[in-house]
Amino acid sequence: MQTKRSTFRNGWLPYALLAPQIIITLIFFVWPASQALMQSVYRQGDAFGVRPPTFVGLRNFAMLFDDSLYLNSLKVTLYFSVGTTVLSMGLALLFAVMVNRMIRSKDTYTTFLVWPYAIAPAIAGVLWWFIFNPNIGILPYVLNGIGYDWNHRSSSSDAMILVIVAAAWKQISYNFLFFLAGLQSIPQSLLEAAAIDGASRMKRFWTIVFPLLSPVTFFLLVVNIVYAMFDTFGVIHATTEGGPSQATNILVYKVFRDGFVNLNMGSSAAQSVILMGIVIILTVIQFRYIERRVNY
Amino acid sequence: MATIVMDDLHKVYAGGVKAVTGISLDIADGEMIVLVGPSGCGKSTLLRMVAGLETISDGTLKIGDRVVNNLEPAERDIAMVFQNYALYPHMTVFNNLAYGLRNRKFPKAEIDRRVREAAEMLEIAQFLDRKPRNLSGGQRQRVAMGRALVREPAAFLFDEPLSNLDAKLRVQMRVEIRQLQKRLKTTSLYVTHDQLEALTMADRLVVLNGGKIEQVGTPMDVFSKPASVFVAGFIGSPAMNMIDAAYLHDKGEGNALPALPQGADLIGVRPDDLLLTAPQGPHLRLSGTVALLEPAGAESHIYVMLEGNSQPITIRVQGLPTVLEGAQVDFYAALDALHPFVRETGLRVA
Ligand SMILES: Nc1ncnc2c1ncn2[C@@H]1O[C@H](COP(=O)(O)OP(=O)(O)O)[C@@H](O)[C@H]1O
Ligand SMILES: [Mg+2]
Repeated sequence: MQTKRSTFRNGWLPYALLAPQIIITLIFFVWPASQALMQSVYRQGDAFGVRPPTFVGLRNFAMLFDDSLYLNSLKVTLYFSVGTTVLSMGLALLFAVMVNRMIRSKDTYTTFLVWPYAIAPAIAGVLWWFIFNPNIGILPYVLNGIGYDWNHRSSSSDAMILVIVAAAWKQISYNFLFFLAGLQSIPQSLLEAAAIDGASRMKRFWTIVFPLLSPVTFFLLVVNIVYAMFDTFGVIHATTEGGPSQATNILVYKVFRDGFVNLNMGSSAAQSVILMGIVIILTVIQFRYIERRVNY
Repeated sequence: MATIVMDDLHKVYAGGVKAVTGISLDIADGEMIVLVGPSGCGKSTLLRMVAGLETISDGTLKIGDRVVNNLEPAERDIAMVFQNYALYPHMTVFNNLAYGLRNRKFPKAEIDRRVREAAEMLEIAQFLDRKPRNLSGGQRQRVAMGRALVREPAAFLFDEPLSNLDAKLRVQMRVEIRQLQKRLKTTSLYVTHDQLEALTMADRLVVLNGGKIEQVGTPMDVFSKPASVFVAGFIGSPAMNMIDAAYLHDKGEGNALPALPQGADLIGVRPDDLLLTAPQGPHLRLSGTVALLEPAGAESHIYVMLEGNSQPITIRVQGLPTVLEGAQVDFYAALDALHPFVRETGLRVA
């Protein structure tokens, strides 16, 4: 790596230029994070100031891992993230392969496939809420026709499918663009050589294309897990609100519910700290592997 | 081992570009054919049609005694070496070589034997565990060759395989490929835009221009009797000098003049065939002003301006020239070193 070095004549200028970014980071990231860290080791006082907050060490964390609701939320998050990631990446790869094979209208299809990315998560949630609505939605109506009684308000699995579909849908655009760029960077001659080497279309995909996409795939894997775990609040909030009976209450949503609805700040803070830890780990993995340029 | 027969092959690309227009060629078993021509003349297109990577718009193509027009590349029993080598970057050298055999369900022991044999032959045995990115250009080239060899195909197809190598390595690999091909006696079709490669490697060379064959023949044939002005200019370096026949009649002297072929209005003469001393036998003499001397090691090039001509004439002499820049010089050409052409058709007078 080359480093760029410039020199400023005024000693304070570089700091002044950095200040806005630093201030924003301090106010919106560092301060709340430190608050959460603080609160996670305190037991909350009461609203009238009669009982002051008390230091409880790691009790909030210990309680979490004894709490079957929290463990359930972990499990739900796992299903949800894996489901969302696999669905959105799988479909995106399929679309990218198909568009990459096209000769005309390539750009038109690309544009259409990218549009969903411009839609806010909450709006996407509402969209899916309408489509899946057991009373007025088109999908339950169609499913009813083939004998399936859709109701995500009572069925846990229906609810999970709904949030996965709604969350994955939006991410397909992003994944699609990366996969398409990845596919386009594979030299045509490699596939021609493989064709001469007697590999069928399928075989070429799995033995040449897919391995060569692995850096892209890995990058997207991390991005998608992070998205599913932390960026899907709007989707959940607009569709199932975590229900029915906690079936779609993923970790981020639970933080919000416990903190702002149930007003259990200590537990909520401890949960945020755990989430923070997960983000940090994912980010570290991401950077480690991007530097190493996976696989070949 | 197979013959390749092209019968009136045509290629029209989707955009309407006519890249190959009516090529017929019989390639004997074990023959090394070099397709040579300027960039864009359709060499790669023709080669890729033989490989099955481009569809054949019209005509028939036979490899061995099968018509292969509609066969997939894998079914044609050919192997191809690409200009950029097209090695699989995520596989080791061993796996690169083995890939085609595995796809064809060869037994493991046989794959192992063939890969090691090819690796020995190409002196890449010590790199079998490396990935392509850890090899030099020359080594990659050998791996690409190896991938073709292990298959023991009916024919090798090469698309400018040496053009990414530096000059020295290019000569070395040129010799090695030719030796290997002679030893294996595998029918080969070799594409290049380098006339020297074409002359040195070919059993027969095919000069292409604008999607058509200009001339087919042994390197000696093509060099000593170019069939057209185009071939004369393309094969041989420095290029053949072209002089107006009218100018020769007007300004030339010597006992060869009356013997110039009838109907030829353009006379070609190679830089080597222009002499500074009069040869025995019928010859002609010209004179001009030395515009530039270009020493090139063992030989030198003398550029001479003829009166009233804008292009200089090139003379190649051994060692250092004995003339001075700016001086007037007389030079000679033997009658049998003259190549008569008709300007309008571009063809040689028989
Ligand atoms: N895929 C293609 N689509 C349209 N035209 C092409 C394509 N490939 C090559 N051509 C055109 O066909 C002609 C011959 O190309 P090519 O066979 O690559 O020439 P060469 O290998 O002799 O340099 C050129 O005019 C080129 O622009
Ligand atoms: Mg070419």
